[in-house]
Amino acid sequence: MARPRRFPAGLELPPFKSGPMGRPILAAAAPSLATLALDQGNGIAAQPVVVVGDRVRVGSLVARSEGDFGVDVHATVAGTVRSLEVRPVPGAAATSPCLVIENDWTDDREDASTPLDWQATTPADLLARIRSAGIAGLGGAAFATHAKLEAARDAKVSHLVLNGAECEPWICCDDALMRERAADVVLGARVMQRVVDAERVTIAIEDDKPEAITAVEAALAATDHHGLALAVVPAVFPAGAERQLLASVTGIEVPGDAWPPAVGLLCQNVGTAAAVARVVTSGEPLTRRIVTVTGSAIAAPANVEARLGTPIADLIEACGGYRGEPLRLIAGGSMTGRALPSDDAPVTQALNCVVVATAADLAVHGSEMPCIRCGDCASVCPAGLLPQSLLRAVASADAQGLVRLGLADCIECGCCDYVCPSRIPLTARFVAARRERRLRLDQERRAARARERYAGHERRLAAGAEAERREFEEARRRARGDGQS
Amino acid sequence: MSEWTLLDALALAAGLAAALGAALGWAALRLRPDADPLVERIDALLPQTQCGQCRYPGCRPYAEAIARGEADIDRCPPGGEATLRALAGLLGREPRPLDPDYGVTKPRQVAVIDEERCIGCALCLPACPVDAIVGAPRFMHTVIERECTGCELCLPPCPVDCIALVAPAQTPPVRDRRAA
Repeated sequence: MARPRRFPAGLELPPFKSGPMGRPILAAAAPSLATLALDQGNGIAAQPVVVVGDRVRVGSLVARSEGDFGVDVHATVAGTVRSLEVRPVPGAAATSPCLVIENDWTDDREDASTPLDWQATTPADLLARIRSAGIAGLGGAAFATHAKLEAARDAKVSHLVLNGAECEPWICCDDALMRERAADVVLGARVMQRVVDAERVTIAIEDDKPEAITAVEAALAATDHHGLALAVVPAVFPAGAERQLLASVTGIEVPGDAWPPAVGLLCQNVGTAAAVARVVTSGEPLTRRIVTVTGSAIAAPANVEARLGTPIADLIEACGGYRGEPLRLIAGGSMTGRALPSDDAPVTQALNCVVVATAADLAVHGSEMPCIRCGDCASVCPAGLLPQSLLRAVASADAQGLVRLGLADCIECGCCDYVCPSRIPLTARFVAARRERRLRLDQERRAARARERYAGHERRLAAGAEAERREFEEARRRARGDGQS
Repeated sequence: MSEWTLLDALALAAGLAAALGAALGWAALRLRPDADPLVERIDALLPQTQCGQCRYPGCRPYAEAIARGEADIDRCPPGGEATLRALAGLLGREPRPLDPDYGVTKPRQVAVIDEERCIGCALCLPACPVDAIVGAPRFMHTVIERECTGCELCLPPCPVDCIALVAPAQTPPVRDRRAA
């Protein structure tokens, strides 16, 4: 077993995971209407290949991905396409174009291929199958898995790290998956290892998940394949953030302006590995995921395996419904999650957890006070930034200062907010500043394009006027010539 | 071979002078900086809407006018306060509010042609400063949303008022790769 080291800073937080972990994974009933988000959160919506009124089966391709980072979308229920509309979805984007499919309860499926002999399949073919299965990272960022694998393959990475750290309070869907389906995780790891031709594979799990560690150890023992190892990392938030995990497990820090394949590493979530395993065992595209449904306002918290597109309200129903006074719905955990406007948003690939919080869970302490420069935020920042200096740069709209202080390296984990004695919502300010910066860069790009096109327009008009003048002169000369003859 | 004479030295000096002079003359003509660097820097700060609200035909002419000291920096409503501040910083002037005579700042907008009503007259095509309208006489016209700057210059020439300015479709900027 590899001996990981602790990455700098971070926080030891109460886990709040005992509720759902006391029960097995529940299977949610299929929804009567499945709302399939076409945009996984990166702004690239898949293009529908069905029209309203079409009949689809479970696993039918309904929208094809756009570009290298897009993800195919498959029907998760059998039935009729009812509409294509913009609907609220969990996550930062808040809305996405969605295909709504009405379930006809026949549940007939696309013909599944027989189990694939993946060890005899070429890595390129495996990659193509993963791509057409429409898998996006199930850890919460929903980055297109095939794109990550492809980049890793091109960069010839040597080390694949499977992220089973799951450091955020409340979330425990990966823990449940590893306990119950460790074999799938290991199989998915081996398939991805074959795709990227990595020498080593490490499955990283936090030390507060002994059952998951035992289960994964047993699954590893059952495979004779060498190169797979388990790493137990200290349970510190945010141990499961990609860069922090890679630093803990491999000792390699990914530079701020690069991504892991550039330094020979690849990080994938354990849930993603299990989804990849399903591609080779049943040929199934990604149609479901495990979601932790928890919080003090849930009657019976549990991990629920639901089809994508199932309304969150159905999941809450499956967990005994609401109890007490639910104050806020949160998609994701308590540190990095985002408030949900209502429970009719659907399950998406990125949705790992729904917290239905009461006032007690939220622990609201009062209003914001001025920064006292105590430096607590800097001592917990896992990215090694100086949040208080960043805050000053945000307040004075100092764009260069923000770049110099490393705003781009902020992983938006929320540790600085958590420790701030003045209750300053630092992360929210940084998120807003990054958004503003992106918008400004976008505006600059558009301006550069408009400048070019305006110059072209002027040239074209000038050339047109010149041609007209010449034609006129020519005509006049000819007229004169005619007059003389 | 005889020794170097005064004539040789003079000939050499004259030859060098001619060659270097020719090289410098060629360089002055061929390698000239494209334009006044101050104009470039002012132009870089303008939003490139090309709307003409400053009463110059485009952003670049306005930049030239500012550089010549003919126009003040408070005439660019699309750029709004941010552009005004940036210009004030560049030129070492006091920032001040926009002159309302030249229009008011609006959120970004794009033109959309109502294809039911468009008669294909092609009058809006030359009016568009960034050639963002595609069409031909008696054919349907349409606006390339990506290229439209929302300058409103296509509105006056349209004889059937079939062009409207709307908020652009929400396209969130592509997220950084490093999401946690």
